[in-house]
Amino acid sequence: MTEESGTVKEVRHRGSATVVALAGEVDLHHTPEVHKVLVAACQEQPRKIVINLEAVRYLDSSGIGTLVEVFRRVNAYGGKLVLCGLNDRVLSVFEITKLDKFFKICGTEAEALSA
Amino acid sequence: MSAASPEPDFPQVVRVTSETANITIVRSAVLAAAKQIGFDESDVSAIALAIDEAVTNVIRHGYEGRAGQPIEVRLDCVQRDGVPALQVTICDCARQVDPTTISGRNLEDIRPGGLGTHIIRTVMDEVEYSMRQPMGMQLRVLKKLNASSVPVSRLPRPAAGQPSQGGTQTPCAKESS
Repeated sequence: MTEESGTVKEVRHRGSATVVALAGEVDLHHTPEVHKVLVAACQEQPRKIVINLEAVRYLDSSGIGTLVEVFRRVNAYGGKLVLCGLNDRVLSVFEITKLDKFFKICGTEAEALSA
Repeated sequence: MSAASPEPDFPQVVRVTSETANITIVRSAVLAAAKQIGFDESDVSAIALAIDEAVTNVIRHGYEGRAGQPIEVRLDCVQRDGVPALQVTICDCARQVDPTTISGRNLEDIRPGGLGTHIIRTVMDEVEYSMRQPMGMQLRVLKKLNASSVPVSRLPRPAAGQPSQGGTQTPCAKESS
């Protein structure tokens, strides 16, 4: 388990999956930190990456853009990306950008791990 | 309005420089202004997101990431179609682009980036880009308060002889663009 600071709350391994828990405000200011950690997770090529957004209060299009890029990376090596724990405010950003159907989104981390 | 949440005066002007950390300063001001006008929680969040995207675009595309450049955000409460509205005007001294070329991208093309303008146009009722003279760009956006969520205290005062719906007159300025 790796403890991170700021927007990246935690990176941990669950079987063949890597769980990255984010927190706070994922905006243009914080996206570089998130991007760095998620790219590092992709380089290990786990079968599944779960991004837990339960503690994220705010997410903008730069955050969404990072998730799209990570999806492409995971897809390229044959892995799976699952998001979970989105509150209504965060989910609405996915809906506005019509990406709620693009990503696999689960309610809880347990559901994401078994999806 | 309680003493704990003083009523912001309109117009409000927020001046920041183009460091990404300053986005949260603008966001806080927009959240407070939208709440003050009476938008519900969902609209407050959406408006803050749209303005966040506008400022992000100025920093990322207008100033190309250069720090220390000026951004001014003016928040006005105006009347539009008989209801209060939040009007936000964002001015910069960044490179100029033809306003007619600014549009959201095709969402079927799934890729990082380019979503900000789509979000702004989806959330806000009016969106108007223009070039400033002698330099920079201006973006004026407006969001009307949904009639169903207009608090009684913010309903326009009825004309003389009509029954009152109670409350005080809106603090908003008269209809303007």
